[in-house]
Amino acid sequence: MTKFGFYFCAILVIFLGGCSQNASAPFSASGTMSGSNAKFEGDASDPGSIAFFKNNVGDRVLFPIDQSDIDQSGKEILLAQADWLRANSEYKIVIEGHADERGTREYNLALGARRANSAREFLVSRGIQGHRIKTVSFGKERPVELCSKESCYSENRRAVSVVSNLNF
Amino acid sequence: MLRLFLVAVFVSLTTFVQSAPLRITITEGVIEPLPYAAPAFIGETGASNELAIKITELIKSDLFGTGLFREVPKSSYISGINNFNSPIQYSDWKAINVQALLTGSVLLTGENLSVKFRLYDVFSNNELGKGLQFNSTKQGWRRIAHKVADEVYSRITGEQGYFDTRVVYVAETGKKGSRKKRLAIMDFDGANSNYLTDGSFIVLAPRFSPTGESVLYTSFETGTPQIYLIDVSTAKRTVLKNRKGTMSFAPRFSPDGQSVVYSLEQGGNTDIYVMNLKNSSSARLTSAPSIETAPSFSPDGSQIVFESDRSGTQQLYVMSSLGGSAKRISSGDGRYGTPVWSPRGDRIAFTKQSRGRFHIGVMRVDGSKERLLTASFLDEGPTWSPNGRVIMFTRETQGERGVSVLYSVDVSGRNLKKVSTRDGGSDPSWSPLGK
Repeated sequence: MTKFGFYFCAILVIFLGGCSQNASAPFSASGTMSGSNAKFEGDASDPGSIAFFKNNVGDRVLFPIDQSDIDQSGKEILLAQADWLRANSEYKIVIEGHADERGTREYNLALGARRANSAREFLVSRGIQGHRIKTVSFGKERPVELCSKESCYSENRRAVSVVSNLNF
Repeated sequence: MLRLFLVAVFVSLTTFVQSAPLRITITEGVIEPLPYAAPAFIGETGASNELAIKITELIKSDLFGTGLFREVPKSSYISGINNFNSPIQYSDWKAINVQALLTGSVLLTGENLSVKFRLYDVFSNNELGKGLQFNSTKQGWRRIAHKVADEVYSRITGEQGYFDTRVVYVAETGKKGSRKKRLAIMDFDGANSNYLTDGSFIVLAPRFSPTGESVLYTSFETGTPQIYLIDVSTAKRTVLKNRKGTMSFAPRFSPDGQSVVYSLEQGGNTDIYVMNLKNSSSARLTSAPSIETAPSFSPDGSQIVFESDRSGTQQLYVMSSLGGSAKRISSGDGRYGTPVWSPRGDRIAFTKQSRGRFHIGVMRVDGSKERLLTASFLDEGPTWSPNGRVIMFTRETQGERGVSVLYSVDVSGRNLKKVSTRDGGSDPSWSPLGK
């Protein structure tokens, strides 16, 4: 992880002229969603790989209860995603929006769509072409953490960017 | 589909005159269950005996399940019923305080099944209604039993029954987090369960058509939630043609079955639309930056109740089925969602979240007389029985091993119980009677 973190910093230096401690914090790749496919993820030591995106760039932003605004740490993740997408223009992403289990099914689908779209709009505002980003909401259907406590709910209220080099 | 024939009113022993009508009036207060007796139906041949007992047991199970009837056990009987056509010894039944007596006979000839029954109002020495006969194949025995129970329920309560009905729902298997979800259909009591989809994709919230022949549901088949229409008898499904958007979901039929009201999400914003099923033309009914979803028609088709967070939290609103301005009807603290108009038109069932608990509740269509019927970690998604007396819903338990199961509760708040399903279950939709 240390090595990759360092690598990541180097990339940030190129793109942003700085290396924030926060942005370089690697994100766990555990509990990835339906769209990912380990076969195509490559080696995380390759900064152009999907594995690198998941482990080092950070593939998800989290949201407070019933909210879809991107907070400061979410912005930093998405800035890094935008940089990576610019550097790896052969990839597209699907942003999967999710909600915790403390809501009704239909509302949570709509809320997940709002979250995915918030992340999408941020990336577009940073210059990523709209046709490279699709969104899908899973509502509360695919929690990544299973306990019925806020510590799990906070991980489930998420927008996950799933990288793909396939056409959609 | 099984065909049942209501063959004939076959016998009426006496003129139908009641001194004091036998009647359970279903009100909001506590009800003392009506004592009744249902001696095992008479098997007309040796080959009919086994089925006669099964049919009697199923009728009793239906009636017991309502919470409105109490069976007087066989051990209390003074005289039994040995012949379906013998006169009733009313005094023997009065002596053990049986108020309603159900007798019947069963004739199985090869694959052909014939069931007769009579219902007696013991304390007025009379038949209650006339004797009826149902014919079917042997396989249809459960439906016949449900039809007899519907007749008994209807004659005693004055309301339509709900036993000869089916429920379409989402059968759930596997671990939380990667749950396999299949569309499934079953009799209202959990029997004759069949899958309609194979579980390759997440499916959500099936809704019966007014005729019970088809079901609308939402599926992730294309990767994005889209609305499908599936034929119940053939399991043939078609995706609903749709205007451009990201996700379409939360469909429900109009009362005439000609159109579908649903939610469409475009660019993160969800609004309500209505689509004509014949020509696929659609109209937008709401236009707001907030979430508008879970629409449900009034039974006369003139209005739509839906949920919106335009005020900042999920609340219930009613608008014309042509769209336009909407009136908020929910006013208590907490969040309100998944409104469903009752088949009688007088109430709306909903899910309420308040202080960390979920409730199924009902209110008048103007939002008054709110009453919560249940409370748990997670109750949601009510569906009405066709007579508007019972509500079925999803209950999910908490934690990593949490599971979803179906429950039902009377609209009075009494008689809360688990519905039998083969797997876990969620998102039930109750069929019309006789479908």
